[in-house]
Amino acid sequence: MFARTSALVFLPQCGQVRNMVTLKDITIRLKSIKNIQKITKSMKMVAAAKYARAERQLKPARVYGNGAVALYEKAEIKAPEGVANKHLLIGVSSDRGLCGAVHSNVAKAIKAKIATLTGEGKEVMVVNVGDKLRNILQRTHGNYLLLSCKEVGRKPPTFTDASIVATELLNMGYEFDQGAVIYNRFRSVISYKTDEKPIFSIDTVANSENMGIYDDIDADVLRNYQEFALINIIYFGMKESTTSEQSARMTAMDSASKNASEMIDKLTLTFNRTRQAVITKELIEIISGAAAL
Amino acid sequence: MMAARFLRRSIPVLRHARCYADAPSGASQMSFTFASPTQVYFKEASVKQVDVPTLTGAFGILPAHVPTLQVLRPGVVTVFNDDGSAAKFFVSSGSITVNADSSVQLLAEEAFPLDQLDVAAAKANLEKAQSEMASASDEAARAEVQINIDANEAIVKALE
Repeated sequence: MFARTSALVFLPQCGQVRNMVTLKDITIRLKSIKNIQKITKSMKMVAAAKYARAERQLKPARVYGNGAVALYEKAEIKAPEGVANKHLLIGVSSDRGLCGAVHSNVAKAIKAKIATLTGEGKEVMVVNVGDKLRNILQRTHGNYLLLSCKEVGRKPPTFTDASIVATELLNMGYEFDQGAVIYNRFRSVISYKTDEKPIFSIDTVANSENMGIYDDIDADVLRNYQEFALINIIYFGMKESTTSEQSARMTAMDSASKNASEMIDKLTLTFNRTRQAVITKELIEIISGAAAL
Repeated sequence: MMAARFLRRSIPVLRHARCYADAPSGASQMSFTFASPTQVYFKEASVKQVDVPTLTGAFGILPAHVPTLQVLRPGVVTVFNDDGSAAKFFVSSGSITVNADSSVQLLAEEAFPLDQLDVAAAKANLEKAQSEMASASDEAARAEVQINIDANEAIVKALE
């Protein structure tokens, strides 16, 4: 009998460590997940507000951007085939994370394009707008990076930002023949698609076959026009990209909050079960202790 | 010579009648898009005529204008609608594209209807810019002040 009581005295401690976590551990975990849920909920609201504003600004920007590329589409400008021409890729993204697959989609598209172009023997350089893109590309394609832009994504992009990017790019002196701006085109709140818009150099446009129908163009006017068009296309890409990014962040934070609340439910159930188990154990101890007397 | 002309008039029109050059087919309307980065004024609208100030001079664009690319100067853009009314806007700079299918894209860096501009503020800015011209040190600064002066001069001229 004495032996049995002492055995019972020792058993509860090893029992709790072996079978389940203590109440204390569950409480700590529950508290931290509740905090995380508060944070993700508030991030979702902030992203929703920014998304509403970005979408409002996107409407005129889309008309503007489509007007800017209208010349290239209607005159069907393309660089001469077969010549080893130099390409320029401008990837538009941002600095901030927690927005789903936005950055990796653009990086994937850029890597695929670099692979095809270097396979054809053409020279490629990449400009990235946004730090996250630089992080992804630097490891494997670091020697293709021409220019990198930071501090993107905190405030909505303006025409001035696009003109700064274009000015720096032109000052780098890389004589490209054609290229593309790769960005995430906004389709709806839950979907976006990686897309690209073409850009051409002054010489390519001037020598393109259909340009003959355009009257009275001298080199100076064409250069001004091309520089303005480059800024417009970059601006268009940036506007679409922010809208996609904010909607992706909204979706990501929403699913994070939902996951967190699921975990909280499960943990609460486990907590209650553990609490009841502890009470039951104590009762058993008391009762069997009393019965032993 | 007189006889030949007389003969030509008297012969019924057996052969193909002489006429002026054919009117351009299909391009009786222009699809006009006028936008700034933050605002759209006209989107693929049908208008009668657009007057634009460009670096090479001001000209008016009607439907079936010859295709061209131009760069804008600070000045007033006048849009004549189909019903005859005219709308005036001040543009700072930008580009205009007239395509072969008679679509016109006027992209302005900044554009505002004239009634949103204040002539007194423009005059004050112009005087300030002119006084800055004297103190401008290097090429870039001087170019910026010159642009400032040009733009303000154009606003003042447009509003008077």
